[in-house]
Amino acid sequence: MKPHLTPDQLDAFGEEMDALRRRILDDLGEDDAAYIRGIVKRQQQLEVLGRALFYLPPAWPLAVAALSVSKILENMEVGHNVMHGQYDWMGDPHLNSRIYEWDNVCPSEQWKYSHNYVHHTFTNILGKDRDIGYGILRMDEDQEWHPYYLGNPVYALLLMVFFEWGVAMHDLKVENIVKGTRTMEDNKALHAGIMRKVRRQALKDYLLFPALTGPLFPLTFVGNATANLVRNVWAFNIIFCGHFPAGAETFSEEECADESRGHWYYRQVLGSANISGGPLFHVLSGNLSHQIEHHLFPDLPARRYPEIAPEVREIRERYGIEYTTGPLRRQLASVARKICRLALPDRQPKPSGERKTVRPVAA
Amino acid sequence: MTLLDRVARSRTTAALASPHGVDHYLSRINPMWAAHEVRARVVDVRRETDTPGAPVATLTLRPTATWRGHRAGQYVQVGLDLPGSARRMTRCFSISSAASGPGEEITLTVRSHADGQVSRHLVDAEPGLLLHLSQAQGGFTLPVSPATPGIDPLLFITGGSGITPAMSMLRTLLRDGYDGRAGRPVTFVHYARSADDQIYAGELARIAADDNDVTVHLRHGDARFSELDLHRLAPGFRAIDTWACGPAGMMELVRAAYGESPRLRLEHFKPPVTASRSAEGDVVFAGAALRVANTGASILEQAEDAGLSPAYGCRMGICFSCTTRKSEGTVRNVLSGAETSLPDEDIQICVSAPVGDCVVDL
Repeated sequence: MKPHLTPDQLDAFGEEMDALRRRILDDLGEDDAAYIRGIVKRQQQLEVLGRALFYLPPAWPLAVAALSVSKILENMEVGHNVMHGQYDWMGDPHLNSRIYEWDNVCPSEQWKYSHNYVHHTFTNILGKDRDIGYGILRMDEDQEWHPYYLGNPVYALLLMVFFEWGVAMHDLKVENIVKGTRTMEDNKALHAGIMRKVRRQALKDYLLFPALTGPLFPLTFVGNATANLVRNVWAFNIIFCGHFPAGAETFSEEECADESRGHWYYRQVLGSANISGGPLFHVLSGNLSHQIEHHLFPDLPARRYPEIAPEVREIRERYGIEYTTGPLRRQLASVARKICRLALPDRQPKPSGERKTVRPVAA
Repeated sequence: MTLLDRVARSRTTAALASPHGVDHYLSRINPMWAAHEVRARVVDVRRETDTPGAPVATLTLRPTATWRGHRAGQYVQVGLDLPGSARRMTRCFSISSAASGPGEEITLTVRSHADGQVSRHLVDAEPGLLLHLSQAQGGFTLPVSPATPGIDPLLFITGGSGITPAMSMLRTLLRDGYDGRAGRPVTFVHYARSADDQIYAGELARIAADDNDVTVHLRHGDARFSELDLHRLAPGFRAIDTWACGPAGMMELVRAAYGESPRLRLEHFKPPVTASRSAEGDVVFAGAALRVANTGASILEQAEDAGLSPAYGCRMGICFSCTTRKSEGTVRNVLSGAETSLPDEDIQICVSAPVGDCVVDL
């Protein structure tokens, strides 16, 4: 995606974004703290309620629902956002990015590397951002087609169902082992970390809590598995709507060499997509429905994204930068279409070397 | 340990509460219930002095059952959720009460500083206030039990609120039956701004009057620590086990007086840092025991220039891979321009530039 702005315009755009960021930083305070503490409290109440309701077999669907919502809140509005350092300023060890461990088989330490660093620094740069397809899917025309990708929709479905496991294996870069550019030895420490976390997560959800319900063991076991599944499906869909609907752009490494701060902001807006919806939907998505604002300001408390979104839209409009947004079902359909379309080779191959002709504007 | 404690601390409970920990749930029910963390309720606040601008108060804290106790002279990190700011401030305070056992009450004696948000709040605290505590820390302690027979005398030199760890040691000695019969005289020298500013005045007067082989010397007003004075109070002081704690200026003088003597033990308490708004000064990488002249560049760059290779990620302040503890000094966030001077705070070294002197745990 070749920037249509001059370096000076990009700088001016970046300065406006920096000013917006500073204004919110200066305004952080009691409301933000009360909000995140309130969410944690609600999440814990739902968790305890869900675990307790498993003792009443007729309430099984309710138990699963409560535990599912609890897990969704924990992973998205709390875990994801806390681990971005959004609440480090509060000085509360329970809400500190260095200490927080989430309810997910992916160890937070590894997730912070693959997500906070790799994905958020190199957002939508092909060959650098591993979130484009997670090393499994073909999510962009510029990924070369291979017969393997005929299975694209099936892989996507599997990744959705086992999303937390996919995320946990993200850092292992298994596809590179298959290709022979990475050895099992490289993965030893990472693998040990994942296994430690997997054991702990499996122990409580699939052994201890079911065992505590005695004869109801199988019901609780299935209930916990269902809650994890619901959370996986929800998280996968929210996240895939964040970068892959029609309108979200990708970039080449050359385009982003020696990128200016303004260009970085520019890439974040173009590489992300929002989902419109009501307040409850935003909370349940961890405010990742405001993916664009999140990618511009990943360390600002997510509850601020809805508040700053109109201003971001106003600014990018003045610079003529696209802003992709739409309701959930439209974004989902768009992503699904892309997954299916890219399973097949491109009907009209691009003129060879098209990307190479694009000169990085910031160079 | 009660059955409830045992259940709360069991591995099964920990596994059930994973990954958030038992305390995350227990504190929801009652903040004084804890399996691992330490919290304390302020049960009494007593004014020690009413010095204008810098009053001193002693707070009695009832800790959770998780408190493991302390040795005389140790300090504790106190975390306070300040009303209205949502930020938990953490500061270190020496414990002023005698050595404690698990779960026992302790006291902190705090001097309010005009620009010290935490100290001001603590001195004016009401009973009932909840504090977050660390376990006791620090090696500025009495190495032997007061019951251990010995003939070596002991010497304490303190200034201002530096009296608290020494007072904890003195109280421990007296409480545990030390009365000089071990043939080990105790000399207690303290410098205060004025008689009105003297902390523990009544108790020190009683200790001085008692027949206990403890000599108390209080110096008020213009009296500054001097080697000559110390020669008179404690002849041969360089060979006496000494504990000194006080303001930086006084500590320099004490250090100079003792030269290379291994008998001197020092405890520093940090004065409030003031930003100098300049790139002058030194950056100290404490882990590598390295000191470089501050160039004004980011701490990450300065560390790399010095040959260190700290962890980093995005190098633009978004990924938090490089977060490191800054123990002293002021840093400016190069993105927001915000300066902070809090001791012991986590900073992103890729976007933090030191202002003046700065100590980072790299």
